Amino acid sequence: MSDFGVVLFHTTSAALRAEKMIRKAGFPGKLIPTPRQYSSDCGFALRFDWTLAERVREMLTGASVEIAGLHPLS
Amino acid sequence: MIYLDNAATSWPKPPEVVKAMAEFLERLGGNPGRSGHQLSVAAGRVVYEVREAIAELFRVSDPLRVIFAQNATHAINLALRGLLRPGDRVVTTSVEHNAVMRPLRALEREGVRVTQIPCGSDGWLDPEDASRTIPPGTRLVAVTHANNVTGTLMPVADIAATAHAAGALVLVDAAQTAGVVPIDMPGLGIDLLAFTGHKGLCGPPGTGGLVLGAGVDARAVRPLMRGGTGSRSGSEEQPEDLPDKFESGTPNGVGIAGLGAGLQFVQGRGVPAVREHEMTLTRLLIDGLRAIPGVRVYGTMDPARCTALASFTVEGLLVSEIGYRLDEEFWILTRVGLHCAPAVHRTIGTFPKGTVRLAPGIFTTAAEIQTTLQAIRQIVRP
Repeated sequence: MSDFGVVLFHTTSAALRAEKMIRKAGFPGKLIPTPRQYSSDCGFALRFDWTLAERVREMLTGASVEIAGLHPLS
Repeated sequence: MIYLDNAATSWPKPPEVVKAMAEFLERLGGNPGRSGHQLSVAAGRVVYEVREAIAELFRVSDPLRVIFAQNATHAINLALRGLLRPGDRVVTTSVEHNAVMRPLRALEREGVRVTQIPCGSDGWLDPEDASRTIPPGTRLVAVTHANNVTGTLMPVADIAATAHAAGALVLVDAAQTAGVVPIDMPGLGIDLLAFTGHKGLCGPPGTGGLVLGAGVDARAVRPLMRGGTGSRSGSEEQPEDLPDKFESGTPNGVGIAGLGAGLQFVQGRGVPAVREHEMTLTRLLIDGLRAIPGVRVYGTMDPARCTALASFTVEGLLVSEIGYRLDEEFWILTRVGLHCAPAVHRTIGTFPKGTVRLAPGIFTTAAEIQTTLQAIRQIVRP
């Protein structure tokens, strides 16, 4: 089990928007190619610190950024 | 050479624009949003950053509601075709460009009801006339922010208030104003804003877009085109996600990179400062032209009430003759004729002969305006 999680998105624009939002909030975040175990429509996913999962989810839903999933990275 | 055709397209472009475009092609050539590799991400990032900058420029909070398009015409077609159905009423003005009038005439043949509110001979729409002419139940009010012949700025906020009271959405054609006149979409009550990248924003041709305000239900807007978006690829139905729903096909990444650099250049100077500079030049132009016997200038005669341009005619001279002599003998580039806007020329009384249009821009100097006025004096009184 790593300490990372990923957010999956339907669109690139949503992923890019989410990346900027969480970085602006001071959280570490990086766009990575979508991990193989998750099927996603968007070629990349946002990797973040899994301990912040709930706060990331709240931040994105609060700003109406639609996500396709939020999972721990195994 | 003196370039006074900035209302058609701004020239020259800032060197930063050329540089950003070259860099995109040389270093970031991936297809934005189609793959997960680093060049695709880098290209996607550039496009996203510009989306965000455009959203900030027009004061909208969600950058995903900025839809990139080829130009303002494309954006206007998307708005009109996307929103209007047979039986709907659309109200517009008598000073619209053919970018608005031609799609509306086509929609009219398909059963959309089109009403045109007459404007004054200075190209201005009195908001009182708007309040009398927008019936309840109107679907859309389409109005130019400033027409491209006299540059007259419309009372958009007043028209929008009337439109909203009638239950209508407001589409504003900002082809002449984006980048040179501050535009606060929520503040002015604009629901849909069509802009172009290659005029006041100093970007390359092939860029522009439609910005959807928070009050527009994007699900009710039909896309002009459908196709690949890089999202929800398992489905053969067009996705509803923004901006993908309206951006099928590979976007003009290189153009958008240039647009971003152009916008940054304009913001470096400050939109209010650009406006101030252009108002000074317009004052020189209007006063100088009016002092020449036989010259007639059209519009409000007030630089605070128009964009940076002056349209004129000369008694006894064809506009084509004036434009040709300015070009050939003086190397002064203008645009003569009807400017793709027969409705405006009918309104100001210059149809079908047209006018000579002088449109300074961000790089035009006061000395160039003086040289131009001197040339016109020579042409009028040989």
